[in-house]
Amino acid sequence: MIEAVNTLLLLFMCVTAFTIVRQNNLFAVVMLGSVFSLLSAGMFVMLDAVDVAFTEAAVGAGISTILMLGVLSLTKSRERVTFGTPTLPILLVLISGAVLVYSALGMPEFGSADAPIHQHVADRYIEQSGTEVGLPNIVTSVLASYRGFDTLGEVTVIFTAGIGVMLLLGLRRRTTERGAIEEPPAPGEGHMRHHLVLRVTAKLLIPFILLFALYVQFHGDFGPGGGFQAGVIFAAAFVLYALVFGIKNALTVVPEWVTRFLIAAGVLLYAGVGVASLFMGGNYLDYGVLAHEPTHGQHLGILLIEFGVGTTVAAVMITLFLSFARRARKKT
Amino acid sequence: MEMVNDIIVWALLLTGSVFAIIGGIGILRLPDVYTRLHGAGITDTMGAGLILLGLAVHEGFTLITVKLFLIFAFLINTSPVSSHAVANAAHGAGVRPLLDDDLETDKATGSGDPA
Amino acid sequence: MTEVMSHFNYLVVVVLMMTGFYIVIAKSNLVKKVVGLNIFQVSVFLLYISMGKIFGGTAPILDDRFTVYSNPLPHVLILTAIVVGVATTALAGALIVRVHEAYGTIEEDEIHRQDGDA
Repeated sequence: MIEAVNTLLLLFMCVTAFTIVRQNNLFAVVMLGSVFSLLSAGMFVMLDAVDVAFTEAAVGAGISTILMLGVLSLTKSRERVTFGTPTLPILLVLISGAVLVYSALGMPEFGSADAPIHQHVADRYIEQSGTEVGLPNIVTSVLASYRGFDTLGEVTVIFTAGIGVMLLLGLRRRTTERGAIEEPPAPGEGHMRHHLVLRVTAKLLIPFILLFALYVQFHGDFGPGGGFQAGVIFAAAFVLYALVFGIKNALTVVPEWVTRFLIAAGVLLYAGVGVASLFMGGNYLDYGVLAHEPTHGQHLGILLIEFGVGTTVAAVMITLFLSFARRARKKT
Repeated sequence: MEMVNDIIVWALLLTGSVFAIIGGIGILRLPDVYTRLHGAGITDTMGAGLILLGLAVHEGFTLITVKLFLIFAFLINTSPVSSHAVANAAHGAGVRPLLDDDLETDKATGSGDPA
Repeated sequence: MTEVMSHFNYLVVVVLMMTGFYIVIAKSNLVKKVVGLNIFQVSVFLLYISMGKIFGGTAPILDDRFTVYSNPLPHVLILTAIVVGVATTALAGALIVRVHEAYGTIEEDEIHRQDGDA
């Protein structure tokens, strides 16, 4: 039975991918990409990767789709139809596919417990993380404590992406092709102001979405969750607000200086926890020295850095969306 | 008692899946946007609702049932609103609903299929 | 046949990977290339997570009722990878918007033609 669900989900993913290849309407392509991400999130649940499924659903099927739709609204929404068969790409794909299939068949069996990947490090984490870190969620304890440096790098990557998009799209004044300085288009009146149903429902939902984000943030120690997912859900609430009530109102609620400050503050908090442990006598990002007892120190350290991660991710996602949204020209 | 519980759960899950399939067929086969929205609505309410109810009966009175009901409350809140938003957007974009007299005019002039 | 069924996940991963690869190299529309890149990334995630799965295990959250857990290390890797993927997609989207403003098109060969003429 489980194999049937597995097989069907994978089949759906393949069908969606093939449809994306053939589809010309870019709007349909982006929505199919979102369906693909959601199906892959379901597949991750089947493979016992609950944290990953949560992140993929929130990030892939949520924020990624919104950003691509933002790109589509600023560019064309149809692909130009091409004729003729591209022989070289097909040949390349077939050759690489054959090589990969040959090597995939040499991998250890799917699901076997004595594959090499399970032999050395994983057992130690599973057995020791309960006593060393004290959190039920092994993925969080590995992500935040044992492999804390990687996560610091990851937060920096998000920070860089936010800054990159701000540089590319976010300046207040921009020049047209002819070089004249153009007044920025007034952040539009939300054209959905007249839609009562949407406004009321958005007002009903946004507090609960924010509350859920807070729950996910701090519950990441005990179940699937953590900083990334919480940051993305938090940003989703603001995106909903901006879509229904207009960019101008959204900027009044969360002004630019706040998001800019928060983008940097999260990374600063994370790195600051590391420096604090240096001052307390331990290594960089060694949380054990932060409190009177190692496990309490671990809990405190993980709490603080996850909060930093969540802050940066939320602020960057809000900035990304607002950068795309404000780039739209006023319809003349 | 266990058997009755299992049978109820199976019945609810299967019925919900059947409704989801019907909704999917509806989305494929119905002629225009507004009628297809009805098909999508069936999937969201009857399909998802019955499946969630089946899972809730399976779990009994635990925290998981509360979470399932919260999910259902969220779905009930958002899926009609999203159908409304799609219909509103289609109307705003100028899509006219396909009406009976259009079909007959098409048949008379022989321009064939209304989809 | 049993070879195929016991490695079904990995074969599907190869199929998806090649589909994403084909979209990136064969299609000339920039937005479609980014979606193809996303498909490629998701197939790689699927590969890693499939490698970490153990039959009879459960999600890696410590609980008294279970003794066998799926390997948590690939999960950590892929969490990072997903977030890096969305950062890349966002930057790619911003670049596409700027390219469209500069060239008026998002088809790769038209862009090359404009570059070649200028």
